[in-house]
Amino acid sequence: MMSDIETFFSDRFGLSGETQERLLSRALARGGDYADLYFEYRVKDTFSMEESILKNCSTTVSMGVGIRVLRGENTGYAYADAFDEDDMSKAASAAGAIALTGGTALPPPQAGAQHPAQDLYPVARSLAELEPGPKIRLLEEADRAARRYDPRVAEVRVVLANEIKRVLIRSSEGDPVVDSQPLTVFQVSCIASDGKQLQVGIKGGGGRIGLDFFESRSPSYFAREAARRAVLLLQAEEAPAGPMPVVLGSGWPGILLHEAIGHGLEADFNRKGLSAFSGRIGEKVASELCTVVDDGTLPFRRGSLNFDDEGNPTERTVLIEKGILRGYMHDGLSAKLMNAAPTGNGRRESYAFAPLPRMTNTFMLAGRDTEEEILRSVSRGLYAVSFGGGQVDITSGKFVFTASEAYLIEGGRVTAPVKGATLIGNGPDILTRVSMVGRDLELDEGVGTCGKAGQNLPVGVGMPMIRVDEITVGGTRNQAQ
Amino acid sequence: MKTKDREPLARKVLELALGAGASDAEVVIREGSDFSASVRLQKVESLQQANYRRLSLRAFHGKRAAVAATSDFSMEAAEKLVSDALEIARAAGEDPWSGLPSPESYSPKIPGLEVCFPAASELPVEDKIALASVCERAALEADPRIVNSEGAEFSDKLVHNLYCNSLGICTAYSKTTVSLSVTPLAESGGSKQRDYWLTTHLDFSKLEPPERVGIEAARRALRRLGARKIKTCEVPIVLEPLAAASVLKNVSEAVSGTAIVRKASFLVGKLGTTVASHLVTIRDDALLEGGPGSRPFDAEGIASKRTTVVRNGVLESYLLDSYSGRKLGLASTGNSNREPNGGPSVGPSNFFLEGGAASPAEIIASVKRGLIVTELIGFGADIVSGNYSQGASGIWIEDGQPAFPVEEVTIAGSLTDMLLGIEATGNDLQALGEIFAPTVLIGKMIVSGG
Repeated sequence: MMSDIETFFSDRFGLSGETQERLLSRALARGGDYADLYFEYRVKDTFSMEESILKNCSTTVSMGVGIRVLRGENTGYAYADAFDEDDMSKAASAAGAIALTGGTALPPPQAGAQHPAQDLYPVARSLAELEPGPKIRLLEEADRAARRYDPRVAEVRVVLANEIKRVLIRSSEGDPVVDSQPLTVFQVSCIASDGKQLQVGIKGGGGRIGLDFFESRSPSYFAREAARRAVLLLQAEEAPAGPMPVVLGSGWPGILLHEAIGHGLEADFNRKGLSAFSGRIGEKVASELCTVVDDGTLPFRRGSLNFDDEGNPTERTVLIEKGILRGYMHDGLSAKLMNAAPTGNGRRESYAFAPLPRMTNTFMLAGRDTEEEILRSVSRGLYAVSFGGGQVDITSGKFVFTASEAYLIEGGRVTAPVKGATLIGNGPDILTRVSMVGRDLELDEGVGTCGKAGQNLPVGVGMPMIRVDEITVGGTRNQAQ
Repeated sequence: MKTKDREPLARKVLELALGAGASDAEVVIREGSDFSASVRLQKVESLQQANYRRLSLRAFHGKRAAVAATSDFSMEAAEKLVSDALEIARAAGEDPWSGLPSPESYSPKIPGLEVCFPAASELPVEDKIALASVCERAALEADPRIVNSEGAEFSDKLVHNLYCNSLGICTAYSKTTVSLSVTPLAESGGSKQRDYWLTTHLDFSKLEPPERVGIEAARRALRRLGARKIKTCEVPIVLEPLAAASVLKNVSEAVSGTAIVRKASFLVGKLGTTVASHLVTIRDDALLEGGPGSRPFDAEGIASKRTTVVRNGVLESYLLDSYSGRKLGLASTGNSNREPNGGPSVGPSNFFLEGGAASPAEIIASVKRGLIVTELIGFGADIVSGNYSQGASGIWIEDGQPAFPVEEVTIAGSLTDMLLGIEATGNDLQALGEIFAPTVLIGKMIVSGG
């Protein structure tokens, strides 16, 4: 598999080592410290089924090269769509113009520690390169299963999106790095109706996987889960409002970590003093039950990469160890400017964007409590098992995430389902309120997408069940009344 | 590059598609350049230059359809594009509503509308850097408590849009957008806060002065210093224009034909009924002079028009493309958009809530105790059920006066109750994006805090 990708760009587009060197020298002609080229060829297809009809299907080829030049703290960036020699040369010159803006020259970023080559997604054939037949059968199975689940399921939408992204990363400091990155996401949305209201339930999964993924997680599983959630919400009560103990289920609720602390620990925000976590390495920011890592090396995971988008191997980075803040997530530029080692977190959405420090798979390690003990410990609170999206204000540290499946806990027992509610907290202190951590770590099923500076990236999150002694729950039923 | 330079390529792709067995086809080409200069703490931080292009083909095989897109404009790639599109189209299901817009839906006259202004792309890079720098300096010098900055950014975009289909329609336009924004950071007594402000226009000469943008951004960051949580309560909510626009964005999604035909909106089946207070009139106007979302025609080549979505509280129209219109037995409102992959969808152009008579100060003065919401964050608006719960920050109102800044609270209710509960709209309507609103007063919502 690797041999194909080794020669892909030169065989197919004539992008030889000489062409790369010519572009690099043009990019550096005006005096930059460092330049890199990011060649990308991506094939993506989307199959979607609505009303049991296969429709809105598409296939997209995008290709181009992003050229970056660093001069001191300054970045010049330009890209060309497709691999036309003239367009690439112009992009190299445009990126190189940054050197004229007068930054102080600095040594180039150091390369990451050398690791044995990783092969984290040994997929025989990416779904993006498979003929339509088997893919369409996945949609049909999910559509049938969702419709069979309950007569109140009124609408079913199933989407399968696949891509295979081939990259060649070449910097002025080293040899080219190549990778071939498959990515698949499968998602079922169901709308349930009881004649008075509509409710939506969504469930999806995927990763850097092949077709065999669906043997362990069948299309019907996703369909039934989506249908169950939509139907459940028809009976949901008003969510409570105000601060209360909250038990977060394992897996996807790890989005708490992504929003509350993950973004705040991306090194660019800290280098610039913009984060609520700036200058706090070594301080206690969580209860001693909490150890949080970012790990881009987990096989087949949505947030994993053999190399980051600057060509550094991905790693497992400890962010918080037993409550103490240990480290930030770096790209090459932030590592250089903060005098730290790269952590393999330099990522970008595509050749159209310069890399930034970004998360990969971010999760909390398991603790000692059983799920039963955790739920039993709460006399009145919320049990949230699934979430939609979240967001954070890096500077004030305030973050939100919205529950899509949650229940009341009354007298240590899980009782009525409640409507979706946004939970809001303060990143730097929310984890100090974690008083119990479950035994079983689970990662999410592979649907997470993170947005930053206009760039969307696949990421993973995970968590064991935890108890947080107090979070503000944004429901509509005022507990004080 | 001129607006219609790519017409021969588009016609060639249509010819290839029809030759390969497509019963109908359409081609959309978007090609453009984006430039941005960012300055942080008075030094250039980055310069970015992008030249992009994308050709997308939608091929029909009777009532089956598929989309293929590429950034490779070679003939070889065009042939591959056509065979890919047809392969998937043949595998797709028969969709009775599928097809190009009907020939009658094309008006012979595309409205004359100026959306392309040359000035910004001709400006030297140094001048663009200087504008960002002046803007940031005004923010940094506005107050000693402005101690840091995420930077200021000047950006300009030029895009050429071409639409051609096998009915013989072939139409094109070019459009410019320029914007300048800054995000300063204020710090005092251990409280750190950031906020931003921007100016944006199609025409460079209509941008606000950079100093004014910087000073406004600083004012917004400073007023958040010392923010605190408040007790959970049920009070009137004053949405500042940016927060009101966030709610209006949810409304635009709920009136989108795409959501309506999927029965994925709390406004399904509500045409002709009262969905908001009588003070609420919402329009979608693609022909608004200087509007950020203005365009002469939509992504199916259909001439732009003005649509009243809600008039005095009554839902008059959804936003429709030809597919959703056909399915609902209605005409397209000229609101076809394109997904990044080239697939059709529905979207707003300039979508706004009309302003009222009262000034924002008068609206605030009418509230004895309540919350001014200056920013909403999160993904807690569910347009299917209408359930609403979002993170908020703002300013507490005591006796009709702004009293102190508030953060780490949520506001919750339902979109239905929020629209019906609008008690005033301000006279401060300003187009800060494609979706915009004036100050809005909602009678009461649950604020969840400490």
